[in-house]
Amino acid sequence: MSASQNVAVVGGSLAGLRAAEQLRAAGHSGPITVYGNEPHLPYNRPPLSKEVLADPDRRTAEAMFDRLVFRRRSSVDDVVFHLGQAVVACDLAAGTLTLADGGTASFDGLVVASGLRPRRLRVDGPKRGAHVLRSIEDCVALRRSLSDESRVVVIGAGFIGCETAATLTSLGHHVVVIEPTGPPMNRVIGSALAGAIQQHHEAHGIHFVIGPGVRGYTGSERVDGVLLDDGATIGADVVVEAVGSVCNTEWLAGNTGLDLSDGVLTDNDLAVVGAERVVAVGDVARFPNPLFDGVPRRVEHWSMPTDTAKRAARTLACQLTGQAPEPAPFAPIPSFWSDQFDLRLQSFGSPALADEVTVEEGDLSDLTAGVLTKHTRGGELVGSIALNLAPARQRTLRDAFVSLVPTS
Amino acid sequence: MRVNVDLALCEDHGQCAIAAPAVFRINDVGKLEYDAAPADSELANVEEAADVCPVQAILIEG
Repeated sequence: MSASQNVAVVGGSLAGLRAAEQLRAAGHSGPITVYGNEPHLPYNRPPLSKEVLADPDRRTAEAMFDRLVFRRRSSVDDVVFHLGQAVVACDLAAGTLTLADGGTASFDGLVVASGLRPRRLRVDGPKRGAHVLRSIEDCVALRRSLSDESRVVVIGAGFIGCETAATLTSLGHHVVVIEPTGPPMNRVIGSALAGAIQQHHEAHGIHFVIGPGVRGYTGSERVDGVLLDDGATIGADVVVEAVGSVCNTEWLAGNTGLDLSDGVLTDNDLAVVGAERVVAVGDVARFPNPLFDGVPRRVEHWSMPTDTAKRAARTLACQLTGQAPEPAPFAPIPSFWSDQFDLRLQSFGSPALADEVTVEEGDLSDLTAGVLTKHTRGGELVGSIALNLAPARQRTLRDAFVSLVPTS
Repeated sequence: MRVNVDLALCEDHGQCAIAAPAVFRINDVGKLEYDAAPADSELANVEEAADVCPVQAILIEG
């Protein structure tokens, strides 16, 4: 029974922590080991592109970690955190993991919480001076590379790119953002709102180059410029690549029956398809959400590890004890926020699915005063985005999606 | 149960008021108000609120 069965959680960030906590909440009393490849206990990443990047008193990894470490529930006091070493292979049939140093560990149940890593640009030229921003060490390295009024080129105008650009601009650096596909964040928020945010950010000092892609980096030992495919070169002291993520699933390769084409495919209960006693949690889990349609998707929101851990832990606990899974469908309402200069963007639902965006409140020429947009697909509400609206409004905005949650 | 919110960290995201509306409330001027000694029956909701707080400002004691 459950008390003697041990669970391995691969991934030592928010998803891994919440999985361990929720396994305890779901009644699993057996051993749990969390494997993390970073040297730190689970910590909160969003401030790395905002407050922590700007905090003059937190320049070292230790100081950043002190500020970011997650509180852990006492129920996980006996959970072993095996940190600083990657899991490099897994044999699901045998129930074994292989660690980077060649050591092995066995498990009865497995939680896939290995998350993402930043995608790197593969372009010609020096790599020194080109950064990414996901971990504490990334943030320390980026800060060390900056001097007064550095020329920074941020490649990619998604949320991380925009937040980083806004923070660095506020610190007095000269920031250029390069994005080949359109105005900032347009894939998620739609081009009209994206265009308005671009104008807002330009007024705060960010220079956007929209259209051309990156052909390479110039410089001998370290990057001194970014060469665009229209032939232009933008001088740079520091480059930040914010061009999306790659799923950490290589360690699962070789197990037949899994779909690892984009994260790990699971069913609606977060049970990994093609495996038994294996669940996935967080942004690596590609699960169908019946809120809007049944298409399996990965969701890279901060709220997702907490939402998915709860369900995945119950699923795994039921599988380990031979109980029937929970009958109600799992239909979390996605939400995320982003802080950029004096704007707070709060999203509910999945606005990226929309085919039409309407401005419900406010004026796109004055975002600071508050704007609400409604995102619809085929006339049905799929998302809403509030910019600088009163926080008291959020419950109503979220509740608009509650009626869409199927009950059976 | 005692609830303590680090107001120096709180950025009025309002996620706690969605998770545990009987304990946390965003008032008319957009600031957090909360019940520091809620009934134990609220524990699950308060734990949820602590989990979803983007700045992890909520501490549950006892």
